[in-house]
Amino acid sequence: MIESANGFVFPNEMHVTWTVMIVLYPYITGMVAGAFIVSSFYHVFGMEKLKPIAKFALVSSFAFLCFATVPLLNHLGSPQRAFNIMLTPNFSSAMSGFGFVYSFYMIIVILEIWFCYREEFIEKYTNSGNVLKKIYYLLLLGNTVQNENTRKYDRKIVVFLAGFGIPVACILHGYVGFLFGSIKANLWWSTPLMFIIFIFSAIVSGLSVLIFLYQLIHWMRKKEIDQRCYELMAKWLWGFMIIAVILELMEILSISYENTERWAVLKQLINGKLWISYVVMQIGLFSIVPFLMLTFTSLLKLNNRIKNILIFCSSGMLLLQVLFMRWNVVIGGQLVSKSMRGFTEYFPGYFDKEGIIVSVIIILVPFLMLRLFDSIFPFFHKKKVRRIFFSEYE
Amino acid sequence: MNKIERRKFIKLGLYSTAGVLCGSLFAFSKIEQDANVDNYEALLKFDWGFLVDTTRCIGCGACVRACKIENNVPESYFRTWVERYEIDKNGNIRVDSPKGAIESFKTDNFQSEDIVKAFFVPKLCNHCYDSACTQVCPVGATYETPDKVVLIDKERCVGCGYCVQACPYGCRYIDHEKGVADKCTLCYHRIQKGEAPACVNACPRSARIFGNLKDPKSKIRRILDQRRYGQLKPDLGTNPKCFYIGLDKEVV
Repeated sequence: MIESANGFVFPNEMHVTWTVMIVLYPYITGMVAGAFIVSSFYHVFGMEKLKPIAKFALVSSFAFLCFATVPLLNHLGSPQRAFNIMLTPNFSSAMSGFGFVYSFYMIIVILEIWFCYREEFIEKYTNSGNVLKKIYYLLLLGNTVQNENTRKYDRKIVVFLAGFGIPVACILHGYVGFLFGSIKANLWWSTPLMFIIFIFSAIVSGLSVLIFLYQLIHWMRKKEIDQRCYELMAKWLWGFMIIAVILELMEILSISYENTERWAVLKQLINGKLWISYVVMQIGLFSIVPFLMLTFTSLLKLNNRIKNILIFCSSGMLLLQVLFMRWNVVIGGQLVSKSMRGFTEYFPGYFDKEGIIVSVIIILVPFLMLRLFDSIFPFFHKKKVRRIFFSEYE
Repeated sequence: MNKIERRKFIKLGLYSTAGVLCGSLFAFSKIEQDANVDNYEALLKFDWGFLVDTTRCIGCGACVRACKIENNVPESYFRTWVERYEIDKNGNIRVDSPKGAIESFKTDNFQSEDIVKAFFVPKLCNHCYDSACTQVCPVGATYETPDKVVLIDKERCVGCGYCVQACPYGCRYIDHEKGVADKCTLCYHRIQKGEAPACVNACPRSARIFGNLKDPKSKIRRILDQRRYGQLKPDLGTNPKCFYIGLDKEVV
């Protein structure tokens, strides 16, 4: 391409169609899928060390899941017809599966939470007064029987649901990647690797958000964390973030090595509009720095305090990395004109319907919801955790 | 000649001029074959195609204006637009379409003496046989009519924008006022009545030709049978139905 040819976009491309709301949707579902998979590490793969966060991971997944559709509804031109996607689905479209996959996954998560918390609900049911008792009775669907047999049965069901949920979680999020990856008209999106990259980045964001909140909640409550669990999560995060980042870089490398017309355009995108958000922030600051920090914490013997601070910081940075990644995919792809001769601009605006303030609110609400959930489905067995911690580290 | 005869003569002259004008307007706006479509089988006889002779386009933008008025196209979006390509003696190429060329092209981008080649390319929905937008619409709001026109059911569209992303030609947009996707319909309301699309009607150079691809006698079919033509982005497998005569390699 010649330099003077850089400025033409088709007249209808002056406006970016998928806004920051569509950045938030995969970001939130990523955390949903990632957190669920982490909870399954314990339930299905028997990683006992992860027991302290297994329930927390499950409930977090549910809290994020409840809000995953909010950015989508805010973005739809005609949200009043949202259910058309299930009423008159066009199965040749990848998007038509959304309603079904989402609902199916929702059912699995709700069922798993119910079976996980049945014992606690029964305890609360027996110990509470009139109105609460009735609420718990309803929540328990009238079944208040608890004995060795029921516990065994509950456990079996949870293992089954957690196992079955893994592919569904992967589909839920992988399919979002597929939505983008299958758009042949878009040079930046169109790659079969997209859905794999999305699944790995989902696990990274899921692990990051769990590590971040786990540490934060315990700091705020002035409680000790379970060091073994925390470190194991950090190691998993280290591993998954390496795979996620490498996959993405390999994708770029392969496009650049092929050196087709596609690269001629994408090169300009990466060196131009996405230089700050992709190269400097996503790859530079928020991938390489946490990678180094997690390498230190995983391989070196460090003081626990320093180690935990490093892990906490890297989880926060990786949360931002995934957010940048979503931005760079969703917005980046739309900045390239289909004329292959120019790039468009996008800024969400602060107070717009799909602007920055609304986005911040949408991101924060699931966390507030999670706080509320803690009183209904307590995540952490505080006493037990402390006991494990002290017995091992004192 | 007495006074009354002169008056009669002028009167007759005026009437006949008006008659010829009206008649010609009516005649030119008609397509060769009446789309007499009151049932499904009748529609199957048609396969509406579009042909753009880029060698004839002068970039006046009359088609863009006609389309805007006919279809009430929202501000800053376009169902059809005209692109200008200019190539200078150093091989530099500059493409533009200011406001879709609704006000035509007012300024030059290169010094006129440096330009070695320049041409205009009108664009519109390609009404592809294997359209990506129909494939990706999650609710089935985008569909193909039996006479092979890709339309949007605005009562069903959720405004998700997936089709806008999927269209490789940038022909679709979201009408934010109505909250639904929108694009060229080939003036389906006109062709149903046997009239030509507004842009075809407005073109002073007959650069836009519209007709039934299934009819061997139609103008479009005859031209396609005789001349060499191209399609936009044929590698994407959308099988577009908007054909271009004199398509330059620079046009995508």
